Amino acid sequence: MMRDGGSGKGEAGGVQSPTQASRGDHAHGHGPYAPVFTPGSARRKELDEVMTRYPTKMAALLPALWMVQHERGWVSEDAMAEVADALDITPAYVKGVVTFYTMYHQHPVGKHFIQVCTTSPCNACGAEQVVDALLRHTGCQELGQTSPDGKYTVIEVECLGACGFATPVMINEDFVEAVTPERVPALLAGLE
Amino acid sequence: MGYPHGPHDREVTVLSKYFGDKDAISLDGWKKRGGYKALSTALGMSPADIVTVVKDSGLRGRGGAGFPTGVKWSFMKPGDGKPHYLCCNADESEPGTFKDREIMRWTPHALIEGCAIGSYAIGAETCYIYIRGEFTEPIARVEAALKECYAAGILGKNAMGSGKTINIWVHRGAGAYICGEETALMNSIEGRRGNPRIKPPFPAVSGVFAQPTTINNVETLAAVPHIITNGAAWYKQWMRPDNPKSTGTKLFSVCGNVARPGNYEVPMGFPFKDFLYDLCGGPLPGRKFKAIIPGGISVPIQTVAEAEASLMDYEGFVANGTMLGSGGVIIFDDAQNLVKQIARAARFFAHESCAQCTQCREGTAWSTKIMERIVAGDGTPEDLDTLLEIGENMTGKTICVLSDSCATPIASGIKKFREDFEALIKKKKVHLVPAVA
Repeated sequence: MMRDGGSGKGEAGGVQSPTQASRGDHAHGHGPYAPVFTPGSARRKELDEVMTRYPTKMAALLPALWMVQHERGWVSEDAMAEVADALDITPAYVKGVVTFYTMYHQHPVGKHFIQVCTTSPCNACGAEQVVDALLRHTGCQELGQTSPDGKYTVIEVECLGACGFATPVMINEDFVEAVTPERVPALLAGLE
Repeated sequence: MGYPHGPHDREVTVLSKYFGDKDAISLDGWKKRGGYKALSTALGMSPADIVTVVKDSGLRGRGGAGFPTGVKWSFMKPGDGKPHYLCCNADESEPGTFKDREIMRWTPHALIEGCAIGSYAIGAETCYIYIRGEFTEPIARVEAALKECYAAGILGKNAMGSGKTINIWVHRGAGAYICGEETALMNSIEGRRGNPRIKPPFPAVSGVFAQPTTINNVETLAAVPHIITNGAAWYKQWMRPDNPKSTGTKLFSVCGNVARPGNYEVPMGFPFKDFLYDLCGGPLPGRKFKAIIPGGISVPIQTVAEAEASLMDYEGFVANGTMLGSGGVIIFDDAQNLVKQIARAARFFAHESCAQCTQCREGTAWSTKIMERIVAGDGTPEDLDTLLEIGENMTGKTICVLSDSCATPIASGIKKFREDFEALIKKKKVHLVPAVA
């Protein structure tokens, strides 16, 4: 699904690089990388269990990347190297996969990562007005950028698969249905 | 039923009976509603007999292609000494479609039971349910349901005491429409980029992990337990007398500019006109329907007259120039700029192209640019022919059909609503040039 702020034209899996200014120190995920799969850790055990589900180690790549993103907020080059090491594949290979799938963040994002569906069915029900309201109330300058306070990143997303409940909005891992411009202030207030 | 609305008396609720019923989500609740009796029955049958019943029922794939499920299962050769796999395609991403989401949210055990029966029927010990990454709630519900099944011995090394191993796992996607294409889905499970593979070899010969594999949609598998319990003849009660090729019930997701969007379950062959006005409540107050896409955004657009003449089954929609597809009904009314919505559809495909094939990578991007130029008021009369020519070069020439799917709404849009395009082109924007630099 599109995560590049709606400006792209067919770059597969592209995630727009936020400007330096939008990647303030407040955006979580900075500092030296702390490994996720240290021996004996809960995530290590989880990964070992997941690997038993597949005949190859490599098949655990998508699950491993999810675990890293849940722990660190995004998938850094260091994270890719750690995952590569855990699964006996190369960091370059991991990067190839990370860049294909748009849900893996290749840069830190705001504390509340907000994705608005604007594909045709939702578009016809007013999704663009929801995007405008979200940008206005979060202080994000434009799609794909993080607000100056580091709290919010707003992007357009391609079809969230809830077209009958237009406009669906995903905030981190939570799915909110039937969002209207009028509901936006209360929705954001509920995130604090 | 017409979730989130109550059931309509013309619906037939086989799959959607418990949508909105919180008590149906848990294993206990599901068992109270007759759950896992079909699996128990199936485990007492031979796999060949199960395949025969499903074949006889006429059940066809609900993901879009409509391939007969029992026939697909029969391609899996028993006793070939290879591990077999079942993949459930829950990467529901076709714009306009949100039926599998409700099956997984409200009746996760219905899907698991179907997966378990399917696995046993094709000789698979492992089934992966590939759920799109954005479906956090359906993922949580299915994973919780799986946990209950393992704890209760319904799944695992000795499934329901049958001595058979049936393992089912959720594999979470990570944001890629193309992974709903069956070979891309298998690549994604293997930990690869989701590029579709060239066929042949077909999945039944060399699928996930290069082993014999069957891929079925959520709705298809959720129908299987009902067929096992009630028999093929029972399932075939729902069809047009003159069309035995489409049987059973079908979930249709309805969205866009309509009074009552939601999921509706109707028997195959249901009149689309009644569906639109009676079940879905017709247009919004003061509006008229303008264009209707009946099977997800990849199928040809219909005029209202064409839609009203259609019967809702695989053949009924084809007879009126479109397809049943995934059953995602998208409605645009007369307040919409239809060209803009088609341009938005093109942009969807441009973003979702995996970029393997030149025709798709370039065609989706250029189609989008031209469509958006027309919407912006900078179109030229030649643009329409250019779009049709690009579309022709995008159709039937690539590894998968994403390319065709992008060309379809544009070509059918120009064919049926040409005056809308021409009006935008005629209204050409005047670019003001400042007199003083």
